[in-house]
Amino acid sequence: MQKQKLVLIGNGMAGIRTVEELLKLEPEAYEVTVFGSEPYPNYNRIMLSPVLAGEKTVDDIVLNSYEWYAENGITLHTGDPVIEIDRVTRRVRTAKGEQVGYDRLLLATGSYPFIIPVPGSDLEGVIGFRDIDDVETMLESAKTYQKAVVIGGGLLGLEAANGLLKNGMDVTVVHLLDTLMERQLDKPAAALLQANLEERGLKFMMEAQTAAITGQDRVQGVKFADGSEVEADLVVMAVGIRPNIELAQSAGIYCERGIVVNDTLQTYDPSIYAVGECVQHRGQCYGLVAPLFEQAKVCANHLAKLGFGRYEGSVTSTKLKVTGIDLFSAGEFNEGDEDETLVLQDPAQGVYKKLVIHDNRIKGAVMYGDTLDGTWYFQMLRDGTDISGFRSTILFGQHDLGDAGHGDERILSLDDSAEVCGCNGVSKGEIVDCIVKKGLFTLDEVRAHTKASASCGSCTGLVETLLASTVGEGYSAAPSKKPLCTCTEHSHDDVIASIRDQELKSMPAVREAMEWKTPDGCASCRPALNYYLLAAWPGEYEDDAQSRFINERAHGNIQKDGTYSVVPRMFGGLVKPDELRAIADVADKFDVPEVKVTGGQRVDLFGVKKEDLPAMWADLNAAGMVSGHAYGKALRTVKTCVGKSWCRFGTQDSTGLGVKLEELTWGSWMPHKFKMAVSGCPRNCAEATIKDFGVVCVDSGYELHIGGNGGIKVRVTDLLTKVETEDEVLEYSGAFVQLYREEAHYLERTAPWVERVGLNYVKDRMADEHGRQALFERFKFSQQFAQHDPWQERAEGAQAHEFTPLKIVG
Amino acid sequence: MTNWIEIARLEEIPRLGSRVLKTDTMDIAVFRTNDDEIFALKDSCPHKGGPLSQGIVHDHAVTCPLHNWKIDLRTGEVLGPDEGCVHHYAAKVEDGVVSIRLREEATAL
Repeated sequence: MQKQKLVLIGNGMAGIRTVEELLKLEPEAYEVTVFGSEPYPNYNRIMLSPVLAGEKTVDDIVLNSYEWYAENGITLHTGDPVIEIDRVTRRVRTAKGEQVGYDRLLLATGSYPFIIPVPGSDLEGVIGFRDIDDVETMLESAKTYQKAVVIGGGLLGLEAANGLLKNGMDVTVVHLLDTLMERQLDKPAAALLQANLEERGLKFMMEAQTAAITGQDRVQGVKFADGSEVEADLVVMAVGIRPNIELAQSAGIYCERGIVVNDTLQTYDPSIYAVGECVQHRGQCYGLVAPLFEQAKVCANHLAKLGFGRYEGSVTSTKLKVTGIDLFSAGEFNEGDEDETLVLQDPAQGVYKKLVIHDNRIKGAVMYGDTLDGTWYFQMLRDGTDISGFRSTILFGQHDLGDAGHGDERILSLDDSAEVCGCNGVSKGEIVDCIVKKGLFTLDEVRAHTKASASCGSCTGLVETLLASTVGEGYSAAPSKKPLCTCTEHSHDDVIASIRDQELKSMPAVREAMEWKTPDGCASCRPALNYYLLAAWPGEYEDDAQSRFINERAHGNIQKDGTYSVVPRMFGGLVKPDELRAIADVADKFDVPEVKVTGGQRVDLFGVKKEDLPAMWADLNAAGMVSGHAYGKALRTVKTCVGKSWCRFGTQDSTGLGVKLEELTWGSWMPHKFKMAVSGCPRNCAEATIKDFGVVCVDSGYELHIGGNGGIKVRVTDLLTKVETEDEVLEYSGAFVQLYREEAHYLERTAPWVERVGLNYVKDRMADEHGRQALFERFKFSQQFAQHDPWQERAEGAQAHEFTPLKIVG
Repeated sequence: MTNWIEIARLEEIPRLGSRVLKTDTMDIAVFRTNDDEIFALKDSCPHKGGPLSQGIVHDHAVTCPLHNWKIDLRTGEVLGPDEGCVHHYAAKVEDGVVSIRLREEATAL
């Protein structure tokens, strides 16, 4: 089949990103031709400030080398702008007279700096700050001239001013208003910023309206409306950008401020799409890079003719790329009448943080001096997270919520050799290097290339902070609606809802109904789908062994040498002498190299060969023991203290209750592992307040606690309620487990789940008596099918191929 | 010299699954894809030696159970962005019987 022709006008970040996304989806769909007016391949425009400041070179910021274009069969014309689009014959013509036909045209013409139309604005030495040429002009000027004036005290103007200052110029920033960066900062933060920049040697003229630029051939000064004047050898206009729409307009494509597009990034001409700064979407033009990347992804999807995915606008955040100044801003940071604000101000440390809150949700954030938690606030802003549970400490940052791991390090001030990802041994320097060299923009990309935060995830915040500080506002925060995996555009919640509402009962049915991009999924989505189907259709859906992680397929934990560990269940931590004898016997019989007591009060046999597993399980079954599911996303253990049967402080029979809880819940599959504990008194020897579901017995009854975690990030439980009888404990526990099983995302522990949906939501669901009983009934129903010992089934011959190697015969 | 060795009937290997073939010197992972193709790789991930036979098979690739490296079953090449390669062996199915070919240099590994 003849390939269709795609022509891209604009060789910048938005256009090329769209092509990259398209190549990922449909590498063979188009013959691609790219026209760019600048004589360079695609480079990272947001890194021009560090180039100007001498912290990077032009080569450092190239994102796609000429080889990349060649390797992907893309024809590139640089330094030759398109000057005409003929929509009737579908051809474009360049300044040099080149003509190319298209089936689909993509406009990514970007924007140009707004030059204030005052007398003298066309003098030599008056420039914008937009491209490599401008930077080179500034660097050249700094060699021969002394005095620079930057008109515009916004993000771009301040970065330009800082760069010129670093190149030895005497720089004055002229700003029309009385506060700097008024679109990103409130007054207190702007005042801190101005003071800091003045200390560095920048001069400011606030509330100054430029009236004229003076000089003969070259600029000599700037004159203001009040009659005052400053000398200048170089004037940089950084008062804003205007979408570059001339070409589109001349072709008769409907434009307002920008080229008007719909949610699929299509213009009024159906064969012409547009992305980037030249676009106006739902009345909004964007000048930051993160929205452009979101547009690129959607546009590529439609160019690839997949036809799903909509761009619904972006919430943006900003960081100032001036070394040594930490500043972050997102959303609506000036409070309205209905809003509340939370403020932390420490003038001596130069720290200022403000959150604008509405209805317990973050609407906006401004941070100065300490921006470590900017990405965290921004994520909650985009997710609409209910912060009522931790409002009083939110300004102290995420680590204050109890991250006992790495959270409280001040990552940006650390040495390059500092280890960021403890699981995979990745240092700060390696991460930053990789981000720069490979041109990475998203957390997923950094994970894929460096493995940092790809294992336990506890350093995710640190990696995001590094990413944000390395690429500035180019950093694309994780989208608020995150796809389940790369096989699909749909989120976990979409998948859960579709399985339930469309009654999808097999994996192929889900993949077909939800338009999966891969024939049989991947190692991420298969276990998730298998779980969701199992949880939604108990007794109907047949478990798919090949979609389980090896631990759940082999019913033991794989160890690093490929052997397995075996943990028999001991209900409530109770064990009989005969059972201990049986454990000792199998340890001898199968040469088990190590036997250890686990943190959950069980016995773990390490180093068992896979072939030996079924025979060992048969022996343990014979002694009355079943699988402890120590390997599964499942109920693990119910840890107990001795309670009132032996302990002089005990208030209830905690051991007996633990046994009942474990008998109720064992065998159930969960989104992630699930741990319980029962303590006989508030001394809490069973550590029930760091479990997924913990019971603390008191004289008058039982306190029920949920959402605790003792792992990577220690999280103390929240009190759910207090009940009076053991039966109520069992009902609440079953209902809570079932709510978690039905609504949490696969691989989401209860702690992040409770934080995501909000404690009040869980409390409301549990307080509703009918709803709670219905959940409990559904849990008991699904347990009928779950409480079969997987060890016994395999000891009796099920899945034998899993445990027997093939042999070469003869 | 070709030395095809019969090792199993096709149905003895689960779809989207694998079996381990024990030889005197090493383990070989034998995979069956959803379209009933058979592939054989040395059962050792080039990253940290994880047993590939225990991974999840999808399309024509397997994901190592230890650290999620993805390996192309057809070539043994590690799929990007990780880099590396594991030895692969010719495998075929004829009349429902699976055979693989261990070359001299391979058996000497």
